[in-house]
Amino acid sequence: MIDFARNVRLWFAPQEVREEGHTPDYRFSLANERTFLAWLRTALALIGGGFAVDQFLPDLRWGWRVGLALALLAAGVLCSLRAVNHWVRCERAMRHDEDLPVSRFPALLSVVVAVVAVVMVVVVLAGWEG
Amino acid sequence: MSPAEVPDKAAEGPDKGPAEGRDPGLQPERTRLAWRRTTLSGSVVAVLAVKTALHGGASVPGVIACALCCTLWLGFLLVAHRRIGVLATAAGHPGLTPRQATLAVLCTVAMAACGAVLVL
Repeated sequence: MIDFARNVRLWFAPQEVREEGHTPDYRFSLANERTFLAWLRTALALIGGGFAVDQFLPDLRWGWRVGLALALLAAGVLCSLRAVNHWVRCERAMRHDEDLPVSRFPALLSVVVAVVAVVMVVVVLAGWEG
Repeated sequence: MSPAEVPDKAAEGPDKGPAEGRDPGLQPERTRLAWRRTTLSGSVVAVLAVKTALHGGASVPGVIACALCCTLWLGFLLVAHRRIGVLATAAGHPGLTPRQATLAVLCTVAMAACGAVLVL
């Protein structure tokens, strides 16, 4: 938790990251940046998915539709916050020559996406019958 | 995603300085294109937000949220534009600053918040 607070502080303090350790090869930094952007695109896709559920499944009952849309939007928020946090952690690890941080998040996200997909199938089938 | 996320010349180690001409891995170019792709994803979200706001008659909170979404999209474009400019011109390939990363993420989060207002 203390680590997390320090990372959050680093999001807003660009100089402080530069003061720690030594600057890694720029290619590693750029690769880290691209990974961050890939996660950000995933977050944007989830947010777009939230809009799409609301827009393109008008036959669903209001509760299901809004619930699914909000769940996808929340997943997008979580994913983007995690993206910047992971980027800072990787940057710090590279500067200190430590191992890159491991994370449970990708597994978690795939499970959530799978569950949402199954729920969508059930809801669309049930929604069209009812 | 693509293998673009892996530094393919990583084995050479960090001792080789960045200032020796063209990078055979085209890392800055790939990073620039990654920013481009990300702005495209953001544009899709903004278009969907406008469509949601206009669907079924425009309400006052809907229009405000939609305008906010478009502003945030412009903010995201600005961050990306600055970063692309740095990647294209600056010597020594300076890394992404945490402030830029945080700004990009804040725009995304705020877009999702506007989305919640639009959906409800």
